[in-house]
Amino acid sequence: MAKKSDIVFVREKDAPLLAPPLLESGAFGWFRQNILSTMNDFSSVGGAVRSLIMAAATLFIFYYSVNILWALIDFTLIEAVWSNPQGLKRELCTTALAGGVQHDGWHGACWPLIFAKIKFLTYGAYPFEELWRVNLAGVILIAGLVALMFERMPYRIHIGLFMLVIYPFLAFALLYGLGDWAGLPFVYTYDWGGILVTLVVALTGIVVSLPLGIALALGRQSKMPVIRGFCTIFIEFWRGIPLITVLFMASVALPLFLPKGVNIDNLLRALIGVTLFASAYMAEVIRGGLQAIDKGQYEAGTALGLNYWKNMRLIILPQALTYVIPGIVNTFIGLFKDTTLVAIIGLFDLLGAAQAAVNDASWSTPVQAITLYIYVALFYFICCLIMSRYSMRLERKLAKTND
Amino acid sequence: MKEHSVFQFVNDARVRGILAQVALLAFAVFCIGWLVSNTAQNFEDQDKSLGFGFLVQAAGFQIAPTLGTWLFDYEAGVSTYWDVYFIGIVNTLLVAALGVVAATIIGFLMGVMRLSQNLILRSFATVYVEVLRNIPLLLQLFFWYFTVLRALPDKRGKVELLPGVVSVNLEGLFLPYPIWQSGAGVAGVIMLVALGAIWAVNRRSQQRQLLTGHPLPFWRIAGGILLGALAVIWLSVGVPFEWSLPVFKETGPILRRGFQGDTAIVVIPEMLAVWFALTLYTAAFIAEIVRSGIMAVSKGQSEASVAMGMTRGQTLRLVVIPQALRVIIPPLTSQYLNLTKNSSLAVAIAYPELVSIFAGTAMNNVGKEIEMVGMMMCVYLTFSLLTSFFMNWFNKRAMLVER
Amino acid sequence: MKKLLTFAIAAGAMAITGLASAATLDDVRTKGYVQCGVSQGLPGFSNADDSGNWTGIDVDLCRAVAAAIFGDGDKVRFTPLSAKQRFTALSSGEIDILSRNTTWTMTRDTQLGLNFAGVNYYDGQGMMVPSGLGVKSAMELDGANICTNTGTTTELNITDFFRSNKMSFNLVAFEKADEVVAAYDAGRCDVYTTDRSALAAQRTKLTDPNAHKVLPEIISKEPLGPVVRQGDDQWFNIVRWTLNALINAEELGVTQSNVQSMKNSDNPAIKRLLGTEGNFGEELGLENNWAANAIQAVGNYAESYEKTVAPLGLARGVNALWSAGGIMYAPPVR
Repeated sequence: MAKKSDIVFVREKDAPLLAPPLLESGAFGWFRQNILSTMNDFSSVGGAVRSLIMAAATLFIFYYSVNILWALIDFTLIEAVWSNPQGLKRELCTTALAGGVQHDGWHGACWPLIFAKIKFLTYGAYPFEELWRVNLAGVILIAGLVALMFERMPYRIHIGLFMLVIYPFLAFALLYGLGDWAGLPFVYTYDWGGILVTLVVALTGIVVSLPLGIALALGRQSKMPVIRGFCTIFIEFWRGIPLITVLFMASVALPLFLPKGVNIDNLLRALIGVTLFASAYMAEVIRGGLQAIDKGQYEAGTALGLNYWKNMRLIILPQALTYVIPGIVNTFIGLFKDTTLVAIIGLFDLLGAAQAAVNDASWSTPVQAITLYIYVALFYFICCLIMSRYSMRLERKLAKTND
Repeated sequence: MKEHSVFQFVNDARVRGILAQVALLAFAVFCIGWLVSNTAQNFEDQDKSLGFGFLVQAAGFQIAPTLGTWLFDYEAGVSTYWDVYFIGIVNTLLVAALGVVAATIIGFLMGVMRLSQNLILRSFATVYVEVLRNIPLLLQLFFWYFTVLRALPDKRGKVELLPGVVSVNLEGLFLPYPIWQSGAGVAGVIMLVALGAIWAVNRRSQQRQLLTGHPLPFWRIAGGILLGALAVIWLSVGVPFEWSLPVFKETGPILRRGFQGDTAIVVIPEMLAVWFALTLYTAAFIAEIVRSGIMAVSKGQSEASVAMGMTRGQTLRLVVIPQALRVIIPPLTSQYLNLTKNSSLAVAIAYPELVSIFAGTAMNNVGKEIEMVGMMMCVYLTFSLLTSFFMNWFNKRAMLVER
Repeated sequence: MKKLLTFAIAAGAMAITGLASAATLDDVRTKGYVQCGVSQGLPGFSNADDSGNWTGIDVDLCRAVAAAIFGDGDKVRFTPLSAKQRFTALSSGEIDILSRNTTWTMTRDTQLGLNFAGVNYYDGQGMMVPSGLGVKSAMELDGANICTNTGTTTELNITDFFRSNKMSFNLVAFEKADEVVAAYDAGRCDVYTTDRSALAAQRTKLTDPNAHKVLPEIISKEPLGPVVRQGDDQWFNIVRWTLNALINAEELGVTQSNVQSMKNSDNPAIKRLLGTEGNFGEELGLENNWAANAIQAVGNYAESYEKTVAPLGLARGVNALWSAGGIMYAPPVR
């Protein structure tokens, strides 16, 4: 029966006998199983060469990993300056040779710089007496998100709706202000900065792009050629160009497209760019979910007499959206990291604020930049790691329920 | 009866579909018209005009030496903005191509290492992926650029990687380049013939394996052909090229010391930093794709092939990898596209790619925002279209193999 | 849901400010503040500290205009703009004055629908090198690596200079000034070129500012000044004469501290400037003590300069008054 093309391999000799099972308990057993087992095959020339290469690679990687790790610990913890009792600035983190208080050859992180700049890195130039508004918005955000993470939470749906629909307006009112009559004087976006801007850009991007993405995904699946074409072109256009060109266009060319006198502030321009960009990616994620829904579901809905919108709202979208939550979280992680690009067009997000702090002459030391960049990297790393773990957990859970 | 027919008409799904499409079309036309009329008005107010006449004007600024400037013989004040545009495209493609190659190698290595039984290799790969994936690329770019800069000696010093041949300092990496001699053409033809012969042997070997299960000793034959070709070249025309080695001057005017740019291939540090950052960042994503691709091949497949008597290498080469590739290639392609788009971040560290020199320097000088942003987007959209064509083609091929 | 929608529209409307009409002054009076376009951070000219307080000579000019209109130098808001955004921001009405170290050139004055209201700083493109190189003149820079940030004319000027002197060089052009400083500080370049004022400002950010020096050559003329939209002569006059008033105040010895007592001066020129004689303010559409308010808010030109630019180590030089060997010369108030 087999065609010629199926004969790829013909067995010529017996397979080699396997060695008896190794001792698998105890420290030595553990070591043998986890380290040695990949490099103890000396039965043939090829095996020996492979084992030796493996051993060399293992040693090499082990040596350098330990070195890098030690350098990192040494720099950030052991050699690092933590306290600043005299209120010094530049002198605190320079060696005696260069006029500072540290011993010669010192090289460590300058954490008091972060402490001194923490307000700027978190809120930008947001007025000091109004900071409670940002904090309140932040606390509500964190409380809402934590509440949403627990599945047993009562009223989980309501909390979710609140966070998605009402919270953005509440946050806007708190952050931007409503005017003096409400006790919330305006704080203009030029004074916003740091983590505040990072979160505003990322969260607005994701919240606004969700409905847009759903609409685009449905449109791309539509049977109507004009709508399908429109949505396809829209999605492919935004997915095809780099975010930085979108931001450049938003910051430089957008005013040319608007009638004279209509001004959009810098942050809002970036938000528009980021949102359109994110909605295209979101649409593709959601389309994946729509495609994963069994066709029988559409047909059953139609058979029950539901029209298109009811079918979508009651049957398809709830399933599709649950299915793509991990994808949405992953899109959000990408967007969260991409917010750093707004620093290039001159907004003071966390990276932009850090760069401004890098250029503060009064703290100018050789370790100034690296200290700030480590802080920023750590912030992104922790946030993204938590989110990606969360999305992985969801994925596993979904895989279980689907089985 | 007449009233009913009107209702029927409105309720008819097809009619409603057409109406919705007409409405969308009208809306889109209205929006575009509105934008165009605003732009026209703004252009009139600002005494601007649309047009591509600027492309033939001479560009009066210098560009750092790169592949693009070499290919187009760029000379400030003589070369046109067309040249600037193409230099930008070439430099973008160059760093993207180098990045794709390196990221693929590192990504596959890391992906396989993540599944290794060796604890050290496995944990190293895991840490690598988690750290690099969760820190914004822009931050990594700054890190690499300024680390590279701080680590290197200035242009009057050097670190010799290969004494006298390959060296590096703050001006960049200096590589020797071949100067073709008279016999180069003949040598090229001979090499082409040899490569053709190797290709023929390869086909023959595959056919033979399909028919009989016994492949030809391909590598030995290919090596023989190659050596033979080299011998023929050496006997007939001698060595067809000479190496131009980088010349290092330690005397003369202070700014003239260091490596002489015209004696070597110079890879500027901006390019090295962009390449490192793009490679290492993308490799982390590729590692994940490779890992899930390998895991997607069910264990029974490799067990079955071992049972058939294949060695570990054969199992990987003939059974696991071909199946894993089918899962790996589509997301891999989109990572390549992402890498290309991400190369636009080079604008932050002065690598003269498309966004940096065309939408940056040139746009500042000419001020044709709309035309230039449009031309730039065309390039990226073309990349993206080519990628999706490839993806469709590949999916069709992969589909055929499926049974 | 409807309430939400109303709220959304209101919120959107807040971010999009009102339509600008032809009469900028009326507009500004209605808003209650002057919207002023400044740089994204250039010490001495326009720079914000960690709490968002703007200082600098360009900032002072905006404050003076606000004081001339409202009698209060704090009725001003600042929009940080990149070099690419600035003209669009002005012509679209997003800002009322562009006071962002902007060079007055013929193209800009005649082709962009803008008007330069004067010069508040005479600048020129210069070059900074590490002292260790021992370079004394720009003519010794053959073969140099040069760092700069993409400006409108910076790269063109430096390229022209090297080409006309038949010298070779490599240009490394960054998007933002911050990266230029970092790269130059790391030794990527032998030379850092930009406007001399900016050189002085960026120099303070270097690890060791004293290990660098600015070369004597000035390779371009860069008269920097405030810009307004074309077609609103009243507004143009207010900005131009506020600047002139500050310069005249220095010439006449009127300072922030003595401006009130000077109102009783016998000198008719001072009386006219401070509004105790004549009707000059009303002719501008302001109150007669407009100039006194401006001086009260920021001091005269010399005081403003001492406060902002001088700490960078930039002597007055050509920016001294004409009577002191410079070229700062304001037409008289009469």
